[in-house]
Amino acid sequence: MLLGPALAVSAILFSLGVAGVLLRRNAIIIFMCVELMLNAANLAFVALAQQLGPDGQVIVFFVMAVAAAEAAVGLAIVLAIYRHKQTLDIQNLNLLRG
Amino acid sequence: MPLDLTTPGGITLALTPELVLTVWVLVLMLVAAWRHRDAGVQREVGLLTVIGLVSTGLAVAWLWAQGATPVGLPAMMALDGFRFATSLVFLLGALLTVMLSLGYVDRERIQAPEYYVLILLGTLGMMFMAGAADLVVMFLGLELMSVAVYVLAGVNRRSVFAAEAALKYFLLGAFASGFFLYGIALVYGATGTTNLWLIHGRVLELGLGSNVMMIAGIGLLLIGFGFKVAAVPFHMWTPDVYDGSPTPVTAFMAAAVKAAGFAALVRVLHQAFDGLPIWHGAVWWLAVITMVVGNVIALAQRPLKRMLAYSSIAHAGYLLVAVASGSAIGSAAFLFYAVVYTLMTIGAFAVLAAAGTGGEQGVLIDDLNGLATRRPWIAAAMTVFMLSLLGFPGTAGFIGKWYILSAAVDADQRLLAVILVGASVVSAGFYLPPIMAMYMRPAPSAEAHQATRIVGAARWAVGVMAVALLLFGFWPNRALDAARRGGESLRPATLYTLGR
Repeated sequence: MLLGPALAVSAILFSLGVAGVLLRRNAIIIFMCVELMLNAANLAFVALAQQLGPDGQVIVFFVMAVAAAEAAVGLAIVLAIYRHKQTLDIQNLNLLRG
Repeated sequence: MPLDLTTPGGITLALTPELVLTVWVLVLMLVAAWRHRDAGVQREVGLLTVIGLVSTGLAVAWLWAQGATPVGLPAMMALDGFRFATSLVFLLGALLTVMLSLGYVDRERIQAPEYYVLILLGTLGMMFMAGAADLVVMFLGLELMSVAVYVLAGVNRRSVFAAEAALKYFLLGAFASGFFLYGIALVYGATGTTNLWLIHGRVLELGLGSNVMMIAGIGLLLIGFGFKVAAVPFHMWTPDVYDGSPTPVTAFMAAAVKAAGFAALVRVLHQAFDGLPIWHGAVWWLAVITMVVGNVIALAQRPLKRMLAYSSIAHAGYLLVAVASGSAIGSAAFLFYAVVYTLMTIGAFAVLAAAGTGGEQGVLIDDLNGLATRRPWIAAAMTVFMLSLLGFPGTAGFIGKWYILSAAVDADQRLLAVILVGASVVSAGFYLPPIMAMYMRPAPSAEAHQATRIVGAARWAVGVMAVALLLFGFWPNRALDAARRGGESLRPATLYTLGR
């Protein structure tokens, strides 16, 4: 039931997330795009769980917990860098040059 | 000792090392939170961390000596020699890191007792990651490790370099996790399970060799792993993050975190996707590009810390050669090289930490000039580490590389072996200059190297690492035997199917 369309939406969301990470310059927007990728995976798990049993739905809860932990640490790091540089544009973060 | 992992008693015994470490983490977190303002608490927590790591190591050794084997249905945690061997490697890396940190955090005035708790949490994540028999447990272990190490990278809050390194590591690490998770979703969709044994059975049963969802899933998993182990072309973050982080944390990332990524990669590819030849080609190319690019860019680096960062990328390439072979010898070669690599990388970073201050970004290779006359023992240790990284005969690095070469030749990948030898020759161009600087150039002034000191626990750590590298270089047999047993334990013994 609706497996194909659900997986297609999840693939589109994932691609949007990847494109956002690669193209956007603001650290918070990049982080939001990463969350979009994780949620695309969640959508895929839920859609697949319709056919494959409840495992997929359980996995989603784990992923939500992980995403929350990541957000807590990530926003703290963003705050730390803002205190030092007063900007979140990653093009201005160039003390360390690859 | 047969353990049924589906019963509460069985799973508790099988998880003894992880439980011991978890208890230590909770206790130390309480100690650090309770007495945050006491001046001596940081040192106390550091020493307790050493005890915690050693006791966890004893628990692993006990379980291994008991010959614990799983019976019954496939569970979420593996119980094999590979898990025990990799756990010991991570604990060794964490222990050496803590020993270096004891003096370092005082010198750099990093006031954070949580530092040690985070190292323990990261190690716990690694143990779950490499011991997982289920992709979801592996993901949770990966995140537990990564989140702890993101914080460690930025633990020096006064340093803008460290904040920048933490942000870059966090953004790229989270990006990689996204790929990893979507890869799990696709593999789950193709096989109907996330258990590694069941995936293995399903792949053979259903003939998923050319299933698009399966191939896309493996591809995304490989991208996620590529970021975590810093393989070219997913290495962009590595030099910056290694450069900006406090040096003991860099050593931890370069040794233990990378070994954990590789251990999980070996487990997934050699266990779950054993019947799928499709990944061999991809890993082959990753290995070649990583070896070539890592070694060539390292040639151009003058700062010692960046040189070591690129050297760790090059070593990821050598380890990928062991992975690409796809055989039991390959996983055994990975295990042996992981031990050796941990010792020599942490050793080199320990000497770097002694040679500079304030993050050590400014230490050039030329700054080591004349170190041998002022600090002969530090220079001798550094020489051992550099020669071992180069793979010079008589050091453990040589045995490790030779073992990887024999795995590649055994798997009929002669071209890969030739490229590995060529890359090692190129690497002499950046491993030998520090030795030449220390022994053949005069010190710039009479008071140079006065501050270069390795004291306390770090002195013991450096001494043990240098001696161990020489010992393994001459008597590798016992370690090689242990690695071989660990590598063989990964092979699928029985074929599990879902039975639908």
